[in-house]
Amino acid sequence: MTSPYPIVTMIVILAAALTLAAGLIWVERRLLALWQDRYGPNRVGPFGLLQVLADMIKIFFKEDWIPPFADKAVFIVAPAVILVTVLMSFAVVPFAPGIIISDLNVGLLFVLGMSSLGVYSVVLAGWASENKYALLGGVRAAAQMMSYEVFMGLALMGVVLLAGSFNLTSIVTAQRHVWFVVPQFIGFVLFLIAGVAETRRLPFDLPEAESELIAGFHSEYSGMKFGMFFVGEYLGVILISCLITILFFGGWLGPVLPPIVWFLIKMMFFICFFILLRAALPRPRFDQLMSWGWKVMLPLALANLLVTGAVALVWSS
Amino acid sequence: MTATVSNPVAALRERYGADLVSEETIDGVPTCRLPRARIHETLKYLKNEIDGPYRMLYDLTAIDERTRLKRSSARSDFTVVYHLFSFERNAYIRIKTALETDAVSVDTITDLWPSANWYEREVWDMFGIRFSGHPHLQRILMPRSWVGHPLRKDHPARATEMGPFSLSAEKEATEQELLRFRPEEWGMRRSSEDTDFIFLNIGPQHPGTHGVLRIVLQLDGEEIVDCVPEIGFHHRGAEKMGERQSWHTYIPYTDRVDYLGGVMNNLAYLTAVEKLAGITVPPRGQVIRVMLSELFRIISHLVWYGTFAQDVGQMSPVFYTFNDRERAFAMIEAICGARMHPNWFRIGGVAADLPRGWDGMFRDFIRYFPPRLAEYDKEVMRNRIFQARTKGIGVITKELGIEWGLTGPGLRASGFEWDFRKKQPYSGYEQFEFDIPTATRGDCYDRAVVRVEEMRQSLRIIEQCVDHMPDGAYKSDHPLASPPIKDRTMHDIETLITHFLSVSWGPVMPAGEALGAIEATKGNNGYYLVSDGSTVSYRTRIRTPSFPHMQMLPLLCRGRMVPDLLAVLGAMDFVLADIDR
Repeated sequence: MTSPYPIVTMIVILAAALTLAAGLIWVERRLLALWQDRYGPNRVGPFGLLQVLADMIKIFFKEDWIPPFADKAVFIVAPAVILVTVLMSFAVVPFAPGIIISDLNVGLLFVLGMSSLGVYSVVLAGWASENKYALLGGVRAAAQMMSYEVFMGLALMGVVLLAGSFNLTSIVTAQRHVWFVVPQFIGFVLFLIAGVAETRRLPFDLPEAESELIAGFHSEYSGMKFGMFFVGEYLGVILISCLITILFFGGWLGPVLPPIVWFLIKMMFFICFFILLRAALPRPRFDQLMSWGWKVMLPLALANLLVTGAVALVWSS
Repeated sequence: MTATVSNPVAALRERYGADLVSEETIDGVPTCRLPRARIHETLKYLKNEIDGPYRMLYDLTAIDERTRLKRSSARSDFTVVYHLFSFERNAYIRIKTALETDAVSVDTITDLWPSANWYEREVWDMFGIRFSGHPHLQRILMPRSWVGHPLRKDHPARATEMGPFSLSAEKEATEQELLRFRPEEWGMRRSSEDTDFIFLNIGPQHPGTHGVLRIVLQLDGEEIVDCVPEIGFHHRGAEKMGERQSWHTYIPYTDRVDYLGGVMNNLAYLTAVEKLAGITVPPRGQVIRVMLSELFRIISHLVWYGTFAQDVGQMSPVFYTFNDRERAFAMIEAICGARMHPNWFRIGGVAADLPRGWDGMFRDFIRYFPPRLAEYDKEVMRNRIFQARTKGIGVITKELGIEWGLTGPGLRASGFEWDFRKKQPYSGYEQFEFDIPTATRGDCYDRAVVRVEEMRQSLRIIEQCVDHMPDGAYKSDHPLASPPIKDRTMHDIETLITHFLSVSWGPVMPAGEALGAIEATKGNNGYYLVSDGSTVSYRTRIRTPSFPHMQMLPLLCRGRMVPDLLAVLGAMDFVLADIDR
């Protein structure tokens, strides 16, 4: 069901994703402010909506500084990697019937692959900065991503088993009768946690833990290079919210309202949930995070896969 | 308990005979002067052998005696003063030793108390007195390139006496080079058999250090092998200023020592001044002081609460607690006119009476605050991640705490029920009903438990103040109370003259010395004042709780991870100005 005008779709989705990511900065700041008994940005434009624009103008005009001690080439490539990989993932996301750039058969694998590649960005940024804080941040990121991607993939295999496909559109259509969150609740919880870890947001923001590592892997970045990490993070949040919607909450499926509206409603719900998490939780320690990942989440993911497989087998026979 | 233990001075006299000279002091702290060769063994005896031992090295400082007019009989240029505290006796003891300019050196006591390390470095830095046998006798508060010892009387006190400052490129380079951390100087190795250590420089500009504190970590991966806290970036010479300001005009400077404690600092200073002057504060003045001090305890703890949660990565609580703090500040502002540094207490009382309608705003706060605290309990204290980050981290036992000079909530968290408000009541605390919260394990979480409960107890005290605020004068009519009450100045010439002198020169305190110590927000805050019978203090010594607490840092985070350092620092509740003064 690829759209008849792929170029147009591509441009629209790209523009929408970037605008949404920028808008999300405003949404996050306003929501956090609401929950934290303060105002948040409310001066620039109506409700402070133009704050993002002002920030963007500022960030574009900032001195593009590369520390003299940094590994220059890698330092420049690193922020681009995160943006590229996240944007590539959007290519296979079915927002609604027909609104998709490329309906790959291995869509889900493609997304997982891209998100694995995204880790390079953080690790390389930490490495190229030649800064001890950045290095610690990069090392933390590498360890965290590695351990959380293992069960991220495993958590989704239950969905794949039920839908019988890696194609994201087929996964959505397979949920016509019941959303996969019902049979795959454990998978959903696991994926949600892994998703937060993947986007490196509180409580999994260890690579940039402010009170310890200043800004972690992007300590040395400024101007638009920092902006790319920033936008990359928000795009990551949108992507994970899209995936949760598609994999567990029936994607665009829903009564009365047009499919794309349903999709956006569900997606926004999870984005807000991400922001709420950030407002509420403290940050676990690095070793606690790792042992939690390997000792609890991974066995759970395996057990979930085992049970799902057995049930599916019995069901089909 | 105090009845059964012997008189320490008598016990010492029995040992040292004619070597010992005992001194009368205004504050009633037993004071002995001993020759410097005897100091180490005396302190050892007092710490370990005497019945009712003085287990805590409360303070260690010095006095430059060279320009003192009314000095004691012993001829001396410098006096080193040791304050010890005995929990069994609930009493201080002051041991002094005289040094002459040609031999300004005394044996170190770092082998008796590890906490003497920083104190001796400070005395070396400030007075140039050497401590033989000290493991690392180096400047601690002043920059390494500093020439001279600031608290010596011949050292200039003002910038105008020192010529204009300029920073040449050459000087900048030298200063930068002096700041470079060299592990070898601290007896650290750069690598072990299987790892090269990272030396991570945290601060003085770092979001996690709560101010200009520098900590150098020796890391093996993310594990802290050792750490060196470096202080002094916030040093402003508060003690030196005490020797220039009149007894009255020094009060605003105290506000800025523990800058979260506000008027609580005034109280510590004035407790000592009023001992010197022999002033009894009238009941209304006392209760106003207690009420505002307890409000400031809440204010300080609220800052700690929010920032501690932030240190372990929780974003929101700091906004809630600062919001509450704002409400408390509104009350402080309504009474004092200022917020963080109200400078409100005066010698003999407070600056002015309470404004009309003050009690309404307090009653509102008393109603408003407890539900908020309950909410924070749910949000922070009962949060599983928060508990995982703080339980079992940075454990201090009671014995260890006493050894290192730990006081306040940190000591109470180790299960030791000790609060100077109860044990040595000042400013009328004996009239109030409140509990001393304690905990059992002495880790970061327990320190938090104690502080949170302390806020409830402070609120209880404030409620009693509001309900039972006595009538009468808010300031003593003692002639040394300052500024003096003006009622009769226009009616008789004697009062007018006294008033004029007291306002223009400031009150003249009788010669002598006094220690005034209170249970401040972070622990025991004491002012040791020496008066030479003048309008200014001869020596102002500020014993702050944060100084010994920070000294424990390496002890608490060796073998732990970098994030634990932040939890330990957060739970310590220090203020840089309170460390550096």
